[in-house]
Amino acid sequence: MLATQLAGLTAPDPAVDPGIEEALDLVGGFDDAFTHGFARLGEQPRAALAALAGAVAVTPLGERVREGVEKIVAGSLADEHLTALAGGRAALLGAVHDALLARLDGVLGRSRASWAVAGPADPATPPDNVLAGCRSWLRELAIAGWRGVDHDLVAASAQTLDAVLAAPSSRRLAVLLDGLAAELRACCPVATMDRLPTRRWADLWSRALLLAQPGGWPVATATATAVSGRLLPLGADVHEHGTAIQIQVHAVLEPAGDAAPRLVRTSVSAAKVETITGPAVWRLLADHPVLLGALAKRHAVEITDLPLLPSGDLLWRDDQARPDAPADPFATARLRLPEAVAPAVPPLDRHPVRLAEPVLLEDYSTTVDDSGGITLELGGNSLPVDVSRLPTCAPLTPESVARSSACLGLLRWDAGRWRLQPLAVQYTVKRATAEAHTGDWALGPTDPKVVKAEAKAGDAVAVLRERAGRLLRR
Amino acid sequence: MGTIEVGWERRSAARVLPAVQPRKLAKVPFVELADGRLQGVVSSGSDIERVYVSSVVAGSHAFNCSTNNNRPCGGLRGAPCKHLHALVDEAILQYGVERVARYLRIDVSDGASSGSDLLVRLNGSHEPTPAAVVFSRFLRHLAYLEVPGSTEPLPELHWFPATGAVD
Repeated sequence: MLATQLAGLTAPDPAVDPGIEEALDLVGGFDDAFTHGFARLGEQPRAALAALAGAVAVTPLGERVREGVEKIVAGSLADEHLTALAGGRAALLGAVHDALLARLDGVLGRSRASWAVAGPADPATPPDNVLAGCRSWLRELAIAGWRGVDHDLVAASAQTLDAVLAAPSSRRLAVLLDGLAAELRACCPVATMDRLPTRRWADLWSRALLLAQPGGWPVATATATAVSGRLLPLGADVHEHGTAIQIQVHAVLEPAGDAAPRLVRTSVSAAKVETITGPAVWRLLADHPVLLGALAKRHAVEITDLPLLPSGDLLWRDDQARPDAPADPFATARLRLPEAVAPAVPPLDRHPVRLAEPVLLEDYSTTVDDSGGITLELGGNSLPVDVSRLPTCAPLTPESVARSSACLGLLRWDAGRWRLQPLAVQYTVKRATAEAHTGDWALGPTDPKVVKAEAKAGDAVAVLRERAGRLLRR
Repeated sequence: MGTIEVGWERRSAARVLPAVQPRKLAKVPFVELADGRLQGVVSSGSDIERVYVSSVVAGSHAFNCSTNNNRPCGGLRGAPCKHLHALVDEAILQYGVERVARYLRIDVSDGASSGSDLLVRLNGSHEPTPAAVVFSRFLRHLAYLEVPGSTEPLPELHWFPATGAVD
């Protein structure tokens, strides 16, 4: 990423910025209205919901959202009305996502495929009673508002969660609800909290309600195409909450034949418990040795007939992949990333939180502020680093980022600004150049201190199973 | 939960829970802050066959410890036993003293840092609670380890970045 590109990304844009700001204000109005629940709305939240309806009035959602707001203000909190509101809010954030991504693609000169397909509905739809159970709990949340969430309301989610976790076709909904419920559980009683993560919780609530619609979501697996070729990993983005871990690998795919290289993602995930964290999470993904090996040893992978979704997600099949020659992710980013065609984003997934565009930054200087915040300075432009996104399962530290001269990362956008999430850095230590990547420990930690600590803690999974056996025996 | 940055309320990826710290699980395989209690499973120090279920109720600070077949713990004579000490110590390792104290509603403004510091500030007494509830929570917890992995993308996890290298 060049200084001029960074300047283009961060400079004010009078054509787009006011629209983004206005859309986010409307979303903020909804978020604040949720705080005290929709059951007893005051004057201000009513106006905020009406404004949300007004903003989408000319869209195909207009009539349903208008009716939904009317009914909710009148005290009728039926599923369909709450869903209409969640849909209206999601549409606004989808528009913000599109504006941001278009701008990003513009300054990077990144070409992107356009969305052409509407996938058929998932043949393995989660059972309707399970989805209805989720909607019912989400409705209780909307009635109570965040301030009204107590232990009983959170505990009421347990049965629903068990059912949704048991259905593989509702995995997305399950990990989302589990993550939300864990946060609410830890914050109980929410009424005593000083500040609330209103945007975040309303995001999670809205997405969950939309995912819990009868019939499920269109799944693009049916529209996948089989691809073969050479996969050159750029880096691993790590997602984690108490009971889930996902590694999303960003990579350039050189398809067999003469087709242009493509920017793809491939994800592997596992369920876990919260005491399995840090470098131990990689062991949960040990079923994918070729992928993990490619990360840890930094080599390319030859893939054969892997399904590629229109969203650019490659469905990983470890037995259809084999290790190829060494491939330096920095070299891939320098040489192959600029010409790679980026995938379209599925309409229902469009939300600024999903923006995660790989970029390479070089020849910058870094500044560290008093609170440990790191900023990259490039040609008079600055880009803050999101150090909070450095995971504990990797050797990437704030110190190595602060000393770095090249950074391969994901551009993220949240709360009105772009930030860089590092996936790999080249940095100077003792006058030598070193590298640290988020996937370095995919086959186990390489730092002797970390290896020792891991060995001392023992195998968490084995300990848990053995102790549970003692409980069950009686 | 530390200092909260400006604009936190308007961040989609706002961090709500601090990263949980890994700890050795052999002594206390299971700890959680749930159902209005700090509760968990503690291994017996003398008998490998035995486990205890220990809990402290938020607010009232009523505490309990019993074996897995509901026999009261012999060490519980009007004051928290060693299993409750182990439970609170491990909870502090896992969640940090601030989060445990906040959940149980123990005032630590005078600077408590250890499990014993928290336990001397309890103002409740021994009250039997059924061990079965905590058992089933532990079994539910373990059930996650049986859920098969997936290679289908979970876009919702973009709201849950892995964190922890920085406090």
